[in-house]
Amino acid sequence: MITMQSLILLAVYLAVLLALAWPMGIYLARVGDGTAIRGLGWLRRIEDFLYRIAGTSASAPMTWKTYALALLVFNALGVLFVYAVQRLQFWLPLNPQALANVSPDSAFNTAVSFASNTNWQGYGGESTMSYLTQMLALTGQNFFSAATGIAVAFALIRAFAARSANSIGNFWVDLTRTTLYVLLPVSAVFAVFLVSQGAIQNFSAYKDVTLLDPVTYTQAKNDADGQPLKDAKGEPVTETLTAKTQTIAMGPVASQEAIKMLGTNGGGFFNANSAHAYENPTALTNFVQMLSIFLIPAGLCFALGRMVGDIRQGWAVLGAMTVLFVGLTTLVLFAEQQAHPGLAALGIDQAAGALQSGGNMEGKETRFGISASALFAAITTAASCGAVISMHDSFMPLGGMVPLVLMQLGEVVFGGVGSGMYGMLIFAILAVFIAGLMIGRTPEYLGKKIQSFEMKMTSIAILVTPTLVLAGTAIAVMLDPGTAGMANPGAHGFSEVLYAFSSAANNNGSAFAGLSANTPFYNTLLAIAMWFGRFAMIVPILAVAGSLAAKKRIDVTAGTMPTHGPLFVALLVGTVLLVGVLNYVPALALGPVVEHLQLFAR
Amino acid sequence: MTSILRPALVLFAALSLICGVFYPYAITGIAQLAFPDQASGSLTSRDGTAVGSSLIGQAFSSPRYFWGRPSATSPMPNNAGASSGSNQGPTNPALIDAIKGRVEALKAADPGNAAPIPVDLVTTSGSGLDPDISIAAAYYQAPRIARERNLALGAVRSLIDKHGKPQYLAFFGEPRVNVLALNLALDQRP
Repeated sequence: MITMQSLILLAVYLAVLLALAWPMGIYLARVGDGTAIRGLGWLRRIEDFLYRIAGTSASAPMTWKTYALALLVFNALGVLFVYAVQRLQFWLPLNPQALANVSPDSAFNTAVSFASNTNWQGYGGESTMSYLTQMLALTGQNFFSAATGIAVAFALIRAFAARSANSIGNFWVDLTRTTLYVLLPVSAVFAVFLVSQGAIQNFSAYKDVTLLDPVTYTQAKNDADGQPLKDAKGEPVTETLTAKTQTIAMGPVASQEAIKMLGTNGGGFFNANSAHAYENPTALTNFVQMLSIFLIPAGLCFALGRMVGDIRQGWAVLGAMTVLFVGLTTLVLFAEQQAHPGLAALGIDQAAGALQSGGNMEGKETRFGISASALFAAITTAASCGAVISMHDSFMPLGGMVPLVLMQLGEVVFGGVGSGMYGMLIFAILAVFIAGLMIGRTPEYLGKKIQSFEMKMTSIAILVTPTLVLAGTAIAVMLDPGTAGMANPGAHGFSEVLYAFSSAANNNGSAFAGLSANTPFYNTLLAIAMWFGRFAMIVPILAVAGSLAAKKRIDVTAGTMPTHGPLFVALLVGTVLLVGVLNYVPALALGPVVEHLQLFAR
Repeated sequence: MTSILRPALVLFAALSLICGVFYPYAITGIAQLAFPDQASGSLTSRDGTAVGSSLIGQAFSSPRYFWGRPSATSPMPNNAGASSGSNQGPTNPALIDAIKGRVEALKAADPGNAAPIPVDLVTTSGSGLDPDISIAAAYYQAPRIARERNLALGAVRSLIDKHGKPQYLAFFGEPRVNVLALNLALDQRP
């Protein structure tokens, strides 16, 4: 069943998003055009100062190859820096809990993860990362990876708009302008709002509070080397302890939380991510967090329309994204409200009502309930955000399948900041190509002829992530270190592995988090998937941009296929679904589909 | 290559300083000035001692207190230094076993209560630190609290109503009540 509450929440969400994305689109178009923005002359001076000390200039054009090289060098630098800070954090300042240096494989995984805008959390934030690592290394990459994605989107959009140009813009300018004009100011306002609602922002050591009711618990006893002690029979020795205090993790959370959502990064300050009340304290902060995930991806649709001089083209892309989003979101809203047959047999009340949200509450927070948790899960995986307010691993089989599918469609249903736009434009190129084959004309999109070079690069960009996902999953389920990580038995264990590779290669970062992925095997394999899932897509897309920019813009004639109407929206939706279905249906059948049949077979 | 390396290094350093040092410190300054309580963790104190945070759940197990959401953190439940969910899938037998155990514990603490148990009272929260329970979960526990504390059932229920938060406009937020606030209020009663 699907509650009226869920439907109203979805409708209100989309309406508010639209109202905010429109002005954001106008603003983004100006940032991407490089034009001066009224009232921000002082920022222009800072910008120019940065270019001067960097030895570049706002008017220095780049070919697509130079652009790609600059992008790769900058992001490789990010990987090295994040790796180094993690490996040295014990000796660096702002580490009041004296957290140890991060292990080499975990540090490598996290460095690639944050540079590729994946922000997969193989680690538990509050028990692993010092405040310095969180704010300097991880928060920094949250900005830079987001700006990198938006830069590529700008380059591709400008290439469509350009007339016989040999440049696609300047990477340093796109990076700097996106960071200073868009990400930083919006994050600052958002962070202060989060604090006003209860998100924390401090540099204190973790705080001890006295419990009203002491907690008695048992834990395994370790010997001096930290190895579990065994008794004469080989059973682990446990001890019973009583805790009279609770130690509460602190830190500069809100500043990181804001850019984590706005930049569709998703790597939380805490292990529990946005489910933690210090990251996401109320229903209101949650609503704003959901808006902030889609704000830039939706805004870029309108920026596209403005920059190519035909606003209807932006509406068409936004329309295709919205159709896919609403369809899949409805399924997860339905699935999570279902009653679990095993719990129903125990006489547990799972019905939605005025006093409780009911439904599948395992791994969900009371303040978010079913509607907000399911909607958030769809948003965070439609965009390549990957933040979570509920544990996707504990979703119902079909409920967990929706996030999986949204990632596997290539993160183009809104998608990551920038990456959703360039990913969807690549699908649009494929769609006009298929249409061109059907009607026997040279395909055109946004006034540019699509020819064999573009189609070769488009094929690479579209096939790179399914290859990484399916090959990675196949390798992991065939090898012992891969299967050892599964936390749940049966089909669900397979889903955990499939989810991990879908998330990594598509740069999402959410997880079926039961999977023990903080091992050298998974850290390495997933890091490879994240790196190539990001940059083996960006480079061919920049090549497409370079080739398109050099072409003439052709005028619309009676023979031009319109790409702004419902017919094209349907064609685009169909292309995205077709590619997704062909790639992933067999794998999905082995995971969530089987599990659904097992759970409800009676 | 230097034409790329120099801007890469300079911009990386400059933007890291702006986004990774200046920005978090500026937000901390504003937050501590404008919202000092929230920025420091929304701590609650009683008689001058900090007894918890209104945003961080505690593991109550005495029948005299309202119990919160079960927690899957380790080594102890509601470990606020290592948040975590159970990550048990819906077909995992361990999930059903764990829920059975929680149902039995609730029934043992209140054998006379035949009402169906609200689902949030027997399932672990996402963070393992959920500060709230549903109003239904609080009402379910009211008879036990009334008996253990020699209070009228109506008094306990009105306490829940006083601290409970409703859903707004039929879609925004969930009906819930903060467990620590409720238990502190219980202790304050003569």
